[in-house]
Amino acid sequence: MSLELSGLINAIHEGLTGAIEAQWLVSLIEYVLVGAGLLALYALIALFLIIFERKICAWFQCRLGPNRVGPWGIFQVFADMLKIMFKEIIPLKHNDKLLFYAGPCIVVIGSFLTFGGLQFAEGVHGVDLNIGVFYLLAVSSISIVGVMLAGWSSNNKYALIGAMRSGAQVISFELSACLSMMAVVILGGSMNLSTLMEKQEDLWFIFQAPVPMLIAMVIYLIAAHAETNRGPFDLPEAESELTAGYHVEYSGMTFGYFYVAEYCNLFINAAIGALVFLGGWQAFHIPGCDGFNAVMDMCPSYVWFFLKCLFFIFMSLWVRWSFPRLRIDQLLHLEWKIMLPFSLFNILLVAVWVIIF
Amino acid sequence: MEDINKKLAKAAPGKAVSEGTQYPTVELEPAELRGVAQALKDAGFDYLISLTGMDYGDAFGTIYHIASTDDPANVVVLKTKTTDRENPMLYSIMDIYESANLYEREVYDFFGIKFIGHNDLRRIFLRPDWNGFPFRKDDKSENSTPTRNITAEEMEEMPQITIGEDGKIKQSSKMLFGKNEYVVNFGPQHPATHGVLHLRVSLDGEIVKKIDPNFGYIHRGIEKMAESLTYPQVLPYTDRLDYLSGAINRHAFCLCVEKAAGIEVPMRAQIVRCIFDELTRVASHLLGWGCMAMDMGAITAFVYGMRDREKIMDIFEESAGGRLMPAYAVIGGLSQDIHPNFKNRVTEYIAYQRKMLKEHHILFTGNPIATGRMHKNGYLTKEKAIALGTGGPTGRASGWSCDVRKIEPYSAYKEIEFNEIIRNKDTKTGDTFDRYIIRLDEIEESLNIIEKLLVKLDDTKEGDFKAKVPAIIKLPAGDYFQRVENARGEFDVFISSDGNKNPYRVKFRSPCMTLISALDPICKDGKIADMIMIGASLDYVIPCADR
Repeated sequence: MSLELSGLINAIHEGLTGAIEAQWLVSLIEYVLVGAGLLALYALIALFLIIFERKICAWFQCRLGPNRVGPWGIFQVFADMLKIMFKEIIPLKHNDKLLFYAGPCIVVIGSFLTFGGLQFAEGVHGVDLNIGVFYLLAVSSISIVGVMLAGWSSNNKYALIGAMRSGAQVISFELSACLSMMAVVILGGSMNLSTLMEKQEDLWFIFQAPVPMLIAMVIYLIAAHAETNRGPFDLPEAESELTAGYHVEYSGMTFGYFYVAEYCNLFINAAIGALVFLGGWQAFHIPGCDGFNAVMDMCPSYVWFFLKCLFFIFMSLWVRWSFPRLRIDQLLHLEWKIMLPFSLFNILLVAVWVIIF
Repeated sequence: MEDINKKLAKAAPGKAVSEGTQYPTVELEPAELRGVAQALKDAGFDYLISLTGMDYGDAFGTIYHIASTDDPANVVVLKTKTTDRENPMLYSIMDIYESANLYEREVYDFFGIKFIGHNDLRRIFLRPDWNGFPFRKDDKSENSTPTRNITAEEMEEMPQITIGEDGKIKQSSKMLFGKNEYVVNFGPQHPATHGVLHLRVSLDGEIVKKIDPNFGYIHRGIEKMAESLTYPQVLPYTDRLDYLSGAINRHAFCLCVEKAAGIEVPMRAQIVRCIFDELTRVASHLLGWGCMAMDMGAITAFVYGMRDREKIMDIFEESAGGRLMPAYAVIGGLSQDIHPNFKNRVTEYIAYQRKMLKEHHILFTGNPIATGRMHKNGYLTKEKAIALGTGGPTGRASGWSCDVRKIEPYSAYKEIEFNEIIRNKDTKTGDTFDRYIIRLDEIEESLNIIEKLLVKLDDTKEGDFKAKVPAIIKLPAGDYFQRVENARGEFDVFISSDGNKNPYRVKFRSPCMTLISALDPICKDGKIADMIMIGASLDYVIPCADR
C-alpha cells in the first residue's frame, strides 16, 4: 500500500463523482474541501513553527523553552492561540479605521494565496498554473501593501518609520528573489511547477547546475529571509529602536494576524526554495543507482517536502538568533550594490550553462 | 601638593588657599568665579569633576571640584556663594566647562540658583510646572499643591538670563524645537533606553538632528532624603543609584564616612570589598555587553551575558545574602565574614569566565554585521570626553587615562599592581567598537585583579572583617570627598557635615548623567539605529543619573 496522498485524493474524487450526478456540484464541494484543507494546514503550520522556533531559539540560548503545558510544551502554542483570540482589540482614535483593519487582513490574504500555488506532495496541490513561479512571487508580494497600510494608518511615528523601512526593504529584496528565480526558470525551461518537478525527478536543480544554482539559492535565501522581516533584517520591527515598528498599535488578533503571517511566510519562503532548488517533493535520486533510488522512494513525497522546508526554516532561525541587525543604509547597500549585480550576472551564467551543457 | 597650591594661587591672585582641607580650596566672590575658572582651565585644570549646590542657611553657594587630566591626582576646589535668598544668581561657567551645562541645571532645579549666561535654564529632574526648590532648607512646597498649570509650549521653552551691555539683567527664552521638526519620543518606556530615560529626538527621515534628554522619571531625591538619615541609614540608598554597580557605590560612601571619621578598616575587609567591586564590575560589563548586542538585534548574546552574570550573583548571595545589591559593605568593614566556600567559588568562576569570554568574542566581536556597524561610527574625541566629563570605559576608549583606581588608589587597590585598560592613546579618538571592546578587556583585567586579591586574602586573619565603630557615627564638621571608579565611570561622594549625626548635604557625582549628555554630540547626523547602538555603548543606567 502506498503512503502517498494522491491515492486518497483520487478516492475522494471518485467517490464524489459516483454519489453526485451534477458535475458542478462535485467541483464546488471539492473546492470547498481544498480551501478548508489549506486553511487548516495554514493554521497548523503557523502553530508548529511557533513552537519550533521557540524550541530552537531556546536551544541556541542555553534555555529549555516551553516545557510545562503538555509533553515538551507543545500545547503551549494552543493555549497562546486561544488567549490571543480572546484578547481585546484596543481601538485607536484619530486613525483611518478601514485601512487600519484592512492592513493585517491583506497581510494574511497575501501569504494565504501563496498556499494555493504550492505543491505539497506528488499530486497534492491547489492549482497547477502554467505560470506557477510567477504567481507565487506575485501574490507573496501583496503582504507589503498590508504592512504599509498598517504603518500609515496607525498614525504613529514609530509605525510610520517602520513601514517606510519595510517598503524600502521588501521592494529591494523582491528584485533579487525574482532574479534568482529567473535563473531557475531558465534552467527548467518552464514556469509551471509540475514541469519543474518532473525535470527534477532524476536530479535536483541544485545538482544539475551546481555553480549557478548555488549562487541563486544563496541569493534567494538571503532575499527571502529579508522579505520575512526577520533578524538580521528585522528593521521594520526593530524591537530595540522602534519598539515594534509597523504593528506597534495593533493588539489582540489584529496583531495575531501579523504574527501568523510572519510564520507562514517563513514556511512559504522555505517551500518555494525547496521546490525550485531541492526538488520539492522529489526524493533524492542519483541517476544510475537504481537500488539507492528505490530506497529513497520508500519515503513518501510529502515527508521529503516538509523535511526540505524544515531544513531551510532551521537555517533561517539559525541566522536570526545569531546575527545583530543591519542598519538601513547597509541593508540597501547589500541589496543594490552586491546582490543585484550578482543575480544579474548569475542569469547570464545560467544561460551560458544551459547552452553549453 | 605645593605645586597645586601655587597653581591655584596664580589662578586666583590675592585669595587665601585654605589649609588642612582635603583638597586646596579657594573661596571666591561670584563675580570672580569666571575669571578664576578660565585661568585654571588655561593652567591645565580641564576636567570639572562635579558641581555641588549648597544651602548654607544664610546664603546659597556652589562648590566646584576641578581636576587636571595631565596630572590626574591634582584636584582643586572653588567655592562661591551669594547671600541673596530671594533671587539668587551666580555666573555660569558652561562655556568654560561644557559639563557644567547639566550640573548647573541641576543646581537651578534643586536650589533655584539662576546662572547668568546659561543658555538652557530648564528644570532637569523635577517637572517643569513644579513650584519651589526642594533642596532649600526652608522649602515648604510639599505643604501646598506643588504644581501650577502651564501649557505644553511653556514646557519647551529654554529660559536664559544674560547681562546686557548696560549691566542690566535680561530674561529671554528660546524654543527647544522648531515648529516643523519631526520630534519622536524615545522613552520613558522604551526597550533601548535602559531604564526610564526620555529622549526627544528630532529626526529628518532616519537621520538624527538633535537629542534632548529628559531626566527625572526615577528621581527619588536620595540626596535630600540622606539629609534626614544617619550615615548607616544612607547606605541602602547608595546601592540603588546605579543598581548595576551597587557594591561599588556603597563602598564609596563607606570610604567617605570612614575617611571623615578616621576609622581604620581591617585589611581583610578592604580586600573583600575590592573583590566584590571587581565582581560587580564584571557583572555590569557582561550585562552592558549583552544589552549592547541586544540593542543591535542579537538577542542570544544578551542571554549569554545574563547567564554568566548569574554565577556572580550566586557568589554574592552565598557570602552577603543579597544578589543584585549585595549590601555587604558597612561603615567600618563588612556585615559578616565571607562564606568558607567563597574562595573556591571565585576561583572556579574566573576560569569559567575566561573560557566564556572567548565564546563571546566568537559570537559577537568577529561578526561582520556587528563590526560593520561599530567600526568608524560614533566618534568621541578625548577633548570632548574631558569637556563633558564622560570618564570610565567611555573616556578610556577615547584615550583619556581616567581610572580613579589608578589616579587616587583607595582600599586594597593600593596593595596590588594592575593595568589600566586604555585604547587609542595616540589617536585620542574612540569609536563605538572601542567602547565595546574595552568592556570585554576590562572584564579580563578585573579577573586578573581578583586573582591577585585572592592571594592577598590568604594573609589576613579569618573573622577580622570589621573595625570597631561607634554606635552613633558623627563626622567632624567639614567637607569630605571620595572618588571611586564604578563600572561606568567616576562615582564620587561628597559629604558636608556640620557635626551632627545626619549629613548636612550629600551629593553623589553620577557618571551616567555625563554619559547621557554625550549622546547628542556623538549621535548628531547619524541614523536612529546608530543612536540606539551608541547609547548602549555608553552603557548608562538611569537611576544613577536621576538619583
